Amino acid sequence: MNSRVVNILVPVISIIIGLIVGAIVMLVSGYDPVQGYIALWEGIFGDSYSIGNTIRQITPYILAGLAVAFAFRTGLFNIGVEGQLLMGWLAAAWVGYAVDLPRIIHLPLALLAAAAAGAFWAFLVGFLKARFNVHEVISSIMLNYTALYVMNAIIKQITDGGYKTETVAETATLRWQWLRDITDNSSLHLGIIVALLMVLLMWFILEKTTRGYELKSVGFNHHASEYAGMSVKKNIILAMTISGVFAGLAGAMEALGTYQNASIKAAMSGIGFDGIAVALLGANTPLGVVFGASLFGSLKYGALNMPNAAGIPEEIVSIIIALIIFFVASGYIIRVVLEKMGKKKEAK
Amino acid sequence: MSFLEVLYFIIPSAIFYATPLIFTGIGALFSERSGVIGLGVEGLMVIGAFTGIYVNLEYYDTFGHNVIWIAILAALVAGAIFSLLIAVAAITFRADQTVIGVAINLLALALTVFLVKLIYQKGQTDMIEAPIRRFEIPYLSDIPFLGPLLFHDVYSVSILAFIVAIGAWFVLYKMPFGLRLRSVGEHPMAADTMGINVARTRYIAVMISGALAGVGGAVFAQTIPLDFSATTITGQGFIAIAAMIFGKWNPLGTLGAALFFGLAQTLSNGGGSIPYIQDIPLVILQILPYVLTILALAGFIGKATSPKAVGIPYVKGKR
Repeated sequence: MNSRVVNILVPVISIIIGLIVGAIVMLVSGYDPVQGYIALWEGIFGDSYSIGNTIRQITPYILAGLAVAFAFRTGLFNIGVEGQLLMGWLAAAWVGYAVDLPRIIHLPLALLAAAAAGAFWAFLVGFLKARFNVHEVISSIMLNYTALYVMNAIIKQITDGGYKTETVAETATLRWQWLRDITDNSSLHLGIIVALLMVLLMWFILEKTTRGYELKSVGFNHHASEYAGMSVKKNIILAMTISGVFAGLAGAMEALGTYQNASIKAAMSGIGFDGIAVALLGANTPLGVVFGASLFGSLKYGALNMPNAAGIPEEIVSIIIALIIFFVASGYIIRVVLEKMGKKKEAK
Repeated sequence: MSFLEVLYFIIPSAIFYATPLIFTGIGALFSERSGVIGLGVEGLMVIGAFTGIYVNLEYYDTFGHNVIWIAILAALVAGAIFSLLIAVAAITFRADQTVIGVAINLLALALTVFLVKLIYQKGQTDMIEAPIRRFEIPYLSDIPFLGPLLFHDVYSVSILAFIVAIGAWFVLYKMPFGLRLRSVGEHPMAADTMGINVARTRYIAVMISGALAGVGGAVFAQTIPLDFSATTITGQGFIAIAAMIFGKWNPLGTLGAALFFGLAQTLSNGGGSIPYIQDIPLVILQILPYVLTILALAGFIGKATSPKAVGIPYVKGKR
């Protein structure tokens, strides 16, 4: 079996095993897995309202996935998407309600603010790694919680002790009535277009620019890159910053699209961590991220239909997603089994 | 409040908040010193917290107040078993350990909330009837100054945490097993050449981390929230990892760092009534543990260096 086929088979097999184990968990818990999966399917594709909300759920997943994937391609593990996303969320919501501008400037400005906030939060991680050799996984985890508390403190400050900011202005919202009309008043918004544009952007940076080539090369082998005359430190900082742009925009999707504000949070949003799953499933390619985000976004939204339609707690889907990540990460063993099977066939 | 009264309030409370961090931080330390990233302790704490609360609720009638110990023991076993997933993936399947840590954290949370809904038909459990209570140590608490400071409001689990930390130091630095464990984390090939079974040592280390993180979760749940829901454990495992790093991967350092983070938490929760502290914005105290950890890693507060082979699967015969 050639490596291309194996690369596609590993995630597919992981998804199948994840769904099978999910079915076993439901069976053992006394639920009907067939009904469960039918409810899940209905929750995703049942009617135009569900489809609209599913796409809305996929939108931030694409951007969070891009953030993780972009960093991975440059040899960095951005586990701090969560914090960068929160910073972007806050910045977009603030620009969204605090300034008064025509729509053609206001909406791009709010998006830009989110991108800048996310980029800054990620820049810190890149700078710490380049300058002080601090491992990005640890520093970004620490910055996730720092972001959470800072965001809560700022929201409290700017709302005089309230728990959420004002609703973003009509001129800054990503909502568009036409989209809501055709999807039976779902909360589908224009963000999906932003997300898909960013997919193109990531592909363009990595595949069509010299800088992208350098970034990838530093990711492959930073000794060789250094020897070839590339600045490893500069590329690490740049890679994290670009990754943070995607993460910040994911926050803008929530601020300007889904929630229309920023509110005080007791815990992480979870989108950043799911972004790791998305990137992993999509093999860190832009197109793969779209598939990964579509799968996990659909599962997450469809799951909300399971308690009502089949009486099964929606957490079953989070269990399945965690298992899929687990199996994709353990790809080594799947590869070994596939190779053995391939050899047997050849022997026959 | 006078200065002494402030001290009598702050110190016992800091030890109280530090206790679960000590268990979990020492757990993460065992894993990392053997060369396996300890990110999964957050999820292992969730498992421990759920198990602890479940056992406490179900068996209070049978065991009375002693149920807290049964609950902690059950959490220890549950954590160790669950950590086998990490061990199999990280050691045998050579998976990316950071990703596995993330997956375990997601899985633990999803699984426990699923079980809560399955067992109790609602999103969170009832409050337990037998929380871990504090007591006064006779005679010792009569000592002037030190008595009210250290022996007046003591939790038995806090004493246990100190014993675990010091015991961990003894095991890691004074016993052959500890030397082997550390050598596997620094240079697995050299250890392998000397006849140490790298995979087995790492399996044991990961299971110890699971057991201790499970205890940490059960202790936390039975002292502070007293029930279990999706938001019972939110980042305590990561603070414990921060304590381990801030303590420079040394058990006694981890103990000290956990106590310091416990102090920060005390000040952020109860600082409003303490003179001087009430003038510091709350957010500064909340982010203090995380910022300090970054500074420690950046080398501003002594250099913190991780075990050399951490995160790298060991493949026999590969140079």
